Amino acid sequence: MGQSLTSLFIVIQVLKRLGIAFLTLIVVSFAVFFATDMLPGDVAQILLGQAATPEAVAGLREAMGLNEPALQRFFGWLTGLTHGDLGTSYANNMAVAELIDGRLKNSLKLAGVTTAVSVPLSLTLGIAAAMWRNSPFDRAVSIATISVISVPEFMVATLSVLIFAVWLDWLPALSFGADVSSFVDVLRAYAMPVITLSCVICAQMIRMTRAAVIETINTPYVEMALLKGASRWRMVLVHALPNALGPIANAIALSLSYLVGGVIIVETIFNYPGVAKLMVDAVATRDLPLIQSTAMIFCISYLSLITLADVIATLSNPRLR
Amino acid sequence: MKSVLSFFSAFSAPQNTGYSFNLVGRVGLVIILFWMTVAVFGTWLAPYPPGEIVDWDYLGPVTSKFWLGTDYLGRDMFSRILLGARYTVGIALAAVVLACSLGIVLGMIAAVVGGWFDIILSRLLDAFNGIPSLLFGLVVVAGVGSSIPVLILTLTAIYMPGSYRFARALAVNVNTMDFITVARVRGESTPYLIVREIFPNILGPVLADMGLRFVFIVLVLSGLSFLGLGVQPPNADWGALVRENIEGLSFGAPAVVFPSIAIASLTISVNMFIDNLPKKIRDRSE
Repeated sequence: MGQSLTSLFIVIQVLKRLGIAFLTLIVVSFAVFFATDMLPGDVAQILLGQAATPEAVAGLREAMGLNEPALQRFFGWLTGLTHGDLGTSYANNMAVAELIDGRLKNSLKLAGVTTAVSVPLSLTLGIAAAMWRNSPFDRAVSIATISVISVPEFMVATLSVLIFAVWLDWLPALSFGADVSSFVDVLRAYAMPVITLSCVICAQMIRMTRAAVIETINTPYVEMALLKGASRWRMVLVHALPNALGPIANAIALSLSYLVGGVIIVETIFNYPGVAKLMVDAVATRDLPLIQSTAMIFCISYLSLITLADVIATLSNPRLR
Repeated sequence: MKSVLSFFSAFSAPQNTGYSFNLVGRVGLVIILFWMTVAVFGTWLAPYPPGEIVDWDYLGPVTSKFWLGTDYLGRDMFSRILLGARYTVGIALAAVVLACSLGIVLGMIAAVVGGWFDIILSRLLDAFNGIPSLLFGLVVVAGVGSSIPVLILTLTAIYMPGSYRFARALAVNVNTMDFITVARVRGESTPYLIVREIFPNILGPVLADMGLRFVFIVLVLSGLSFLGLGVQPPNADWGALVRENIEGLSFGAPAVVFPSIAIASLTISVNMFIDNLPKKIRDRSE
């Protein structure tokens, strides 16, 4: 009886989280639409150039439906979005979905490879640093992570170019554009952006993991496990780690959400064709449908990661099991 | 484990009242004060006008005439870094003060008033948090055009929600304490509760949070400048100095190295200072 009650409680908690995420998404789409709508500059004027007659500009505004009330355009856009119709780019009349498609795949590929490298690495280092707290190893990890966090990421990127491409000559500095056919080529092409991004997000995750594990190590029940003779490994992995899972999941979600939108500097330096660069270019040309769609991609990925982390935290809480 | 700690702390210096800094914190503070002084008085110390081409060689080495070498046009790097301190430190400081005061005031109001005001504001700012910070800055600056007020306001908008969240979480904890209930029963007004009862009790942690936010703002500002959207030429903050001279990277020109060191020294020293703040300031709420 009690068992089914608690599982019902968990289901309600999870549903509640999903509901909140959905509401937030609607608020976000509202904010994204009106914020981009308020960007200075008249789209019709920009498209037609400086020499356009006022009549031509007015005609284009009419044809693009820009004269309709903003709220009506918002709902039109939102219904299109739910049907997978992202609209048509102002700048080159292509379907936005088509423009985003390839770029999104690139961004997801980069994010996927970086995740596969950095999450296991930072979990291992973070837990190890917490286990041997105040040892030389822990100090070294702490100093390294603080220095990486304190330094702008273009410095991490340029430093890794300097080390791996210029001094050691192991990897190409500008990887994309060249033909990538074999598996080794693909690895080489991804290496520089992945190394840079991993450095940046690992530092955050290691620090958070270490802090979360240390916090649970300090609790009475873990001390009890130690006193009753459990080994150090058992104490950390079996007793402390499951209870630190919630905050760790949160830290990972925050770091990963950075991988979709925050990579703009890495995309610029390594000339990587991803979504973030597409969005910045879209702002330069006042391509509203494209800006709105890319902004929604970032917000959706952030929200789903955060919600997933919250659900994991709820499920991993032993008091609810 | 805790008892062992308190056992050792019993032997620490008796004159320690809980407000003194350890060595690492002091070193951090000295570097911060150094850059603050440079930001204010730096232009008077500069040996050359920062915008003037003084050397026919470009990306030159460190010499007795040009202490930190010359940049890609042959301008004196030492003078330009002194001027850059004014932009980097000044803009970041203005933005962090604006963001944190706004966030703290709203956070305390939300915690005390509660109800719909709290729910709506929190959800709204949470949603805003979902937009990647650097990307938001890029979009605004690319859309509106870059100027120093735009940069300050954009950075404020990026970091206000986080500050709000932090201050609200602290204020919610303080709000449930007995002395607040007593003050309420006494018939004190909401502004009185916020200013006299809650604010003094969250001040320490909030100041520590402000320091970390300052670091993030310096980093985002440098990132924007590195992408060419920050402080515009002929003026340059440290991020822009790195961007200008990036072609000197392959042979390690001092013109790339020193602005990078300047950024790192400022951000690392703030981190050192915050990490070693006396416990009494950091965790006053406990």
